[in-house]
Amino acid sequence: MEEVKLLGTWSSPFSYRVLWALELKGIPYQYTEEDLYNKSPFLVKCNPVHKKIPVLVHGGKPICESMVILEYLDGPWPHNPLLPSDPYERAVARFWAKFADDKGTVIWTMFRSTGEEQKEAVKGSLEMLRTIEDLALGDKKFFGGERIGMVDLAFGALAHWLGVFEEIVGIRLLEPESFPRLHKWTKNFKEEPAIKENLPDKDKMLSNFRCLREKLLASP
Amino acid sequence: MGDEVVLLDFWPSVFGMRLRIALAEKGIEYEYREEDLRNKSELLLEMNPVHKKIPVLIHNDKPICESIVAVQYIDEVWNKKAPFFPSDPYQRAQARFWADYIDNKMYDAGRRVWSSKGDELEAAKKDFLEVLKVLEAELGDKPYFGGETFGYVDLTLIPFCFWFYAYESCRNFSIKAQCPKLNAWANRCMKKETVAKSLADKLKVGECVIKRCLGLISETVTEGWVDAGCYPSDASPAFNFVCCVGC
Repeated sequence: MEEVKLLGTWSSPFSYRVLWALELKGIPYQYTEEDLYNKSPFLVKCNPVHKKIPVLVHGGKPICESMVILEYLDGPWPHNPLLPSDPYERAVARFWAKFADDKGTVIWTMFRSTGEEQKEAVKGSLEMLRTIEDLALGDKKFFGGERIGMVDLAFGALAHWLGVFEEIVGIRLLEPESFPRLHKWTKNFKEEPAIKENLPDKDKMLSNFRCLREKLLASP
Repeated sequence: MGDEVVLLDFWPSVFGMRLRIALAEKGIEYEYREEDLRNKSELLLEMNPVHKKIPVLIHNDKPICESIVAVQYIDEVWNKKAPFFPSDPYQRAQARFWADYIDNKMYDAGRRVWSSKGDELEAAKKDFLEVLKVLEAELGDKPYFGGETFGYVDLTLIPFCFWFYAYESCRNFSIKAQCPKLNAWANRCMKKETVAKSLADKLKVGECVIKRCLGLISETVTEGWVDAGCYPSDASPAFNFVCCVGC
């Protein structure tokens, strides 16, 4: 079996999407923590276009972009598939994965802003959560059905990072009464062993992101 | 079993063009329905409740939204002819990577070229050219991004190239000179019947833009063009006039 390497960072939800996928599929891998303020020559060589993590390197060949990596994994490792086999169900999964990527940034905007910009971002975040609650999850345990799939991993940031951001900015978005399905999903998601055993430490996150927010607000 | 395929679309939409090309490549018969973006149909709102946008592919009454999702769906269902993806999983991942790059970088960079002025315009042109050069490097000496045959990345990119002529005319930079391989690739793609018949009529677009800047039609006529990947609606009338002369 060819060697698998993951270049990532401990605090990135994008990095964790891939890490969780590898754990769920039981794929052995070597993890390298990257310093994004001092990127390794190897990272830059593997991802010359974006110079970002995560990067998966399989048998020496790099694959970049977290959702591209997730789609890739079912090929060489078809067990515990991340995508359904039916073409229509696959299209639905890809739609929601794209939604997570396109709309998810509004939560980051809420975190890194203040005033009017933050107010708008809060509004956008609530709309996004409402859409997911009403249209994406249904009564399923996971977005993938009975098992965690690609869409669950795509929305993973909502299960762990959102709570940290909410605490730092002092704004609660994911209220259980307003979003019962989504709230239940965050519990189910974090109870899965592959996820539970692979979550960044909450206190470390609070300290790290608090610091980051100050830095971002201080810079022009 | 008869397949019923409907495409909800808007004629100048670059995203809609992707689906038209994909359907043509596979030889799929479908019903084309033009949407008025100022007055969206009940069907569109029902089929795409999340975004309320075109294009929407409806296959046997089931909607597929987002152009790159629908293109992949078409490839997986009608899999006997003209595959869009290579069979090797690593090459497939590379194709997905480049489609993602095009979707994220091309649209924004192109839009800023269209709507900027002065110093901002110079910066936007520089960024846009950067994107094109990255794509040029990826294309290399291959006839298509997919290799010998037209595929997923080509299909994703070619509708944007429709605007190359406009940029060259109005923004004073030559794509042909700076990215000759990409320029040759665009011409090669546009010679394909499936592409040529799927792209919006350049003259029709230009005519609409002239009419708008002469005040013969209201701004609301070109409302929604920006979302559909056609930029003129947020540029100045004078620029639009020059642009359609270029078209």
